[in-house]
Amino acid sequence: MSKSIGSIRIQEADFSVDSEYQNLRAAHASQNGAICTFVGLVRDFGDKKGVTGMHLEHYPGMTEHSLQQIIDQAASRWQLHNVSIIHRVGQLNLSEQIVFVGVSSAHRADAFASCEFIMDYLKADAPFWKKECNDQGSEWVEAKQSDQDRAQKWSKD
Amino acid sequence: MKILFFASLRERLNTEEEQWQDLNGAQTAGDILTQLQTRGEPWSSSLNTERLLVSVNQEIASLTTEVTLNDELAFFPPVTGG
Repeated sequence: MSKSIGSIRIQEADFSVDSEYQNLRAAHASQNGAICTFVGLVRDFGDKKGVTGMHLEHYPGMTEHSLQQIIDQAASRWQLHNVSIIHRVGQLNLSEQIVFVGVSSAHRADAFASCEFIMDYLKADAPFWKKECNDQGSEWVEAKQSDQDRAQKWSKD
Repeated sequence: MKILFFASLRERLNTEEEQWQDLNGAQTAGDILTQLQTRGEPWSSSLNTERLLVSVNQEIASLTTEVTLNDELAFFPPVTGG
């Protein structure tokens, strides 16, 4: 198997999409034909309305291990130059950035598909848990079957 | 053996981590779970759910996965990141 690619960061701090994009652009600069990026945000409705923020918990060690496995799967399926994943943990307020996935490739089809694949598997497999805060207090978010289904569909394609 | 609990399960059990020096005959992750369940409440009801995931040495495992004293086990609810 070829050497693993990818950068994985789990952090409380916010991130700059532009600087992540520039990093992806700078590596393999002359071979990159496409870069696809995704950002997930804290919105005002989840399981309930009136969400004011959330707290994110994870399993240090297993999280990084699980994300690397997802990147390795993507890299074996598509021709990728680089992958960058950032997932924030701790307290996040409304409209803050939660997660970043960026992929560079020679071709747009590989960049688009692998970016979606990585997000779908991140949601289904990586050990993160969200607790939504609202006016009444806070509640753990229930896992959704639709997220498992989205990851499953890649094994049928 | 190190046993970790996360998220809603950690809160319900009011326990983040345990260290076991003796497996009391347990050979699988399921045997460990059974021993935890027999502690009474809140352990029995919190751990008696189909929606409980287990990992062994930071890999998703099943209740039939074999374990040893050097392993790190974790129990947690389905994941909700992203």
